[in-house]
Amino acid sequence: MNQTISEKIISQHAGKPVKAGDIAIVKVDGVMATDATSPFAIKAFRAMGGKKVWDKEKVSLVIDHASPAPNEAVANLHKLMREFSSEMGCKLYDIGEGICHQLMIENAHVKPNDLFLGADSHTPTYGAINAFGIGVGSTDLAATMLTGKTWLKVPKTIKIILNGELGKNVTAKDLILFLVKQLGSEGANYQAVEFTGEAITNMTLASRMVLANMSSEMGAKTGLVDPIGLELWYSFEAIKPDKNAEYAHELNFDVSSLRPQIAKPHSPENVVAIDEVLGTKIHYAFIGSCTNTRLEDLHSAAKVLKGKKLCNEVRLVIAPASKKVFNEALKDGTIEILSNAGATFITSGCGPCVGSHLGIPSDGEVVISSANRNFKGRMGNPNALVYLGSPAVVAASALAGEIVEPEK
Amino acid sequence: MFFAAYRNHPLKENKKIFVIAGFDCLRLNQRSILEIKIMKTTNAHVYSTDNIDTDRIIPGKYTKTLDMSLLASHVLEDLDPDFSKKVQVGDILVAGNNFGCGSSREQAPIAIKSAGVSVVVAKTFARIFYRNAINIGLPVIEVENHNIQSGDSISIDLENGIVTNHTKNETYQATKMPKQMMDILSEGGLVNYLVKHGDYS
Repeated sequence: MNQTISEKIISQHAGKPVKAGDIAIVKVDGVMATDATSPFAIKAFRAMGGKKVWDKEKVSLVIDHASPAPNEAVANLHKLMREFSSEMGCKLYDIGEGICHQLMIENAHVKPNDLFLGADSHTPTYGAINAFGIGVGSTDLAATMLTGKTWLKVPKTIKIILNGELGKNVTAKDLILFLVKQLGSEGANYQAVEFTGEAITNMTLASRMVLANMSSEMGAKTGLVDPIGLELWYSFEAIKPDKNAEYAHELNFDVSSLRPQIAKPHSPENVVAIDEVLGTKIHYAFIGSCTNTRLEDLHSAAKVLKGKKLCNEVRLVIAPASKKVFNEALKDGTIEILSNAGATFITSGCGPCVGSHLGIPSDGEVVISSANRNFKGRMGNPNALVYLGSPAVVAASALAGEIVEPEK
Repeated sequence: MFFAAYRNHPLKENKKIFVIAGFDCLRLNQRSILEIKIMKTTNAHVYSTDNIDTDRIIPGKYTKTLDMSLLASHVLEDLDPDFSKKVQVGDILVAGNNFGCGSSREQAPIAIKSAGVSVVVAKTFARIFYRNAINIGLPVIEVENHNIQSGDSISIDLENGIVTNHTKNETYQATKMPKQMMDILSEGGLVNYLVKHGDYS
């Protein structure tokens, strides 16, 4: 067979060889839903006649989107999740444990070669560890909680070959913003993306997660990072594409001269080199989301902010990716550096990224954020302007009060 | 207003598909003949912008709820604050490319359906939105080339992928829905499908 990574993983889960375009019914290795999607999933599961989940070890619920509860309505939804997980015997990550995708990888709910469904659009993140992660809605998730299966169309794959080496202050975030612009927000709709090339080889797990995570901003069904150079804390067998695998497109980029990239309001595809927006006055800086708030991101912010104070007119809000990340950053002194510089830490979770709470911008405010989306209203106020960039750019801009490049 | 324009289309196992606007449709009738309703309305709402994302369909700040009427009252508010007041039961929503991109929130198609919209026509849909819409029983249809304007009277044949504009006396070819999805939609959504079949088949 001449198969892509997607075709290989799906074939394994369909119990027969498949190729792009085939419709397959597949066994699923695990599912996850958040407080934004669990309530409707639980409702649908009950309506389907669900009495118990197909495998309690393979179902995780995560309270991260509005955590801790900002009002009584959300509090009651959290209660519904706690009661459901208790009744089913499945895993519940309660407030403050972290952001769903970080938790799934950190706690090995998803592993290489898995086919995993998440009721969250950033589920492609798991492509960082050679797993096929698909974002679905609540009803699809409920159906899998009941049956352990789902149906899907085997996607065609776009191969993105990244040659060269990223320069100083240029990160996986800059790279993926650049690629989202190149492909457009619909560029990979219904398709998988494979990232490969020498720029990947030395990437950390955290950086690989950034690439895979934001493949959803191109509309991709999933984003698979070449496992070459991937290091995990457990042993695994990597799945590579066959030499003669068939691709819908092959795109080559030399990343050596890439500049830091910024997505301007109101779309993650509205990307420019930072040079075009230098000097844009900002009021609010946010380091958070399932894209960019892991330990290496906090380190890069701390490197910029060490011994300095935020610009008077700017507030910096940080939501670590998980409690584990927070504790590691606490232990190595990163939290102290950031806190002394004036950063405010909030609960590990999604909060401001999705406009739930814990830092909604006011009318007319300009935000620089390390998150993944800047749609109008995304952060809770349609009259705010959100720019996206790397954590280092966010930190440097918080210091300067305007969009700037971190010192070289 | 819309009317019940029944049109027969032979399907396998002697099933027939019909569509009517405005009701929570797609059910088996007493003779076990599959009905999908064919919709006709004088009220198409056209937003030809591309990339209308799920935050614009229903902002994230409203999604943590099981209250359909709350979702309906905020539908599309950052795109057109008056939409939820203008929309009538049975109306259709018409959009450009990549409708529903962004979040996986099923609250997006739920908000649209709960507001009374009977079908969404777009040039293309983002994949999670498309799948969610079918799963909750909201018909969606991809039409690349059309000339639909707000207020036009439209009927839609989902099975054969034909959209008729009665105001302009035109028909447009739509992309046919994969059989798997048509089967789910025909049951009124994935919940009913699984109640009936017990499993994927």
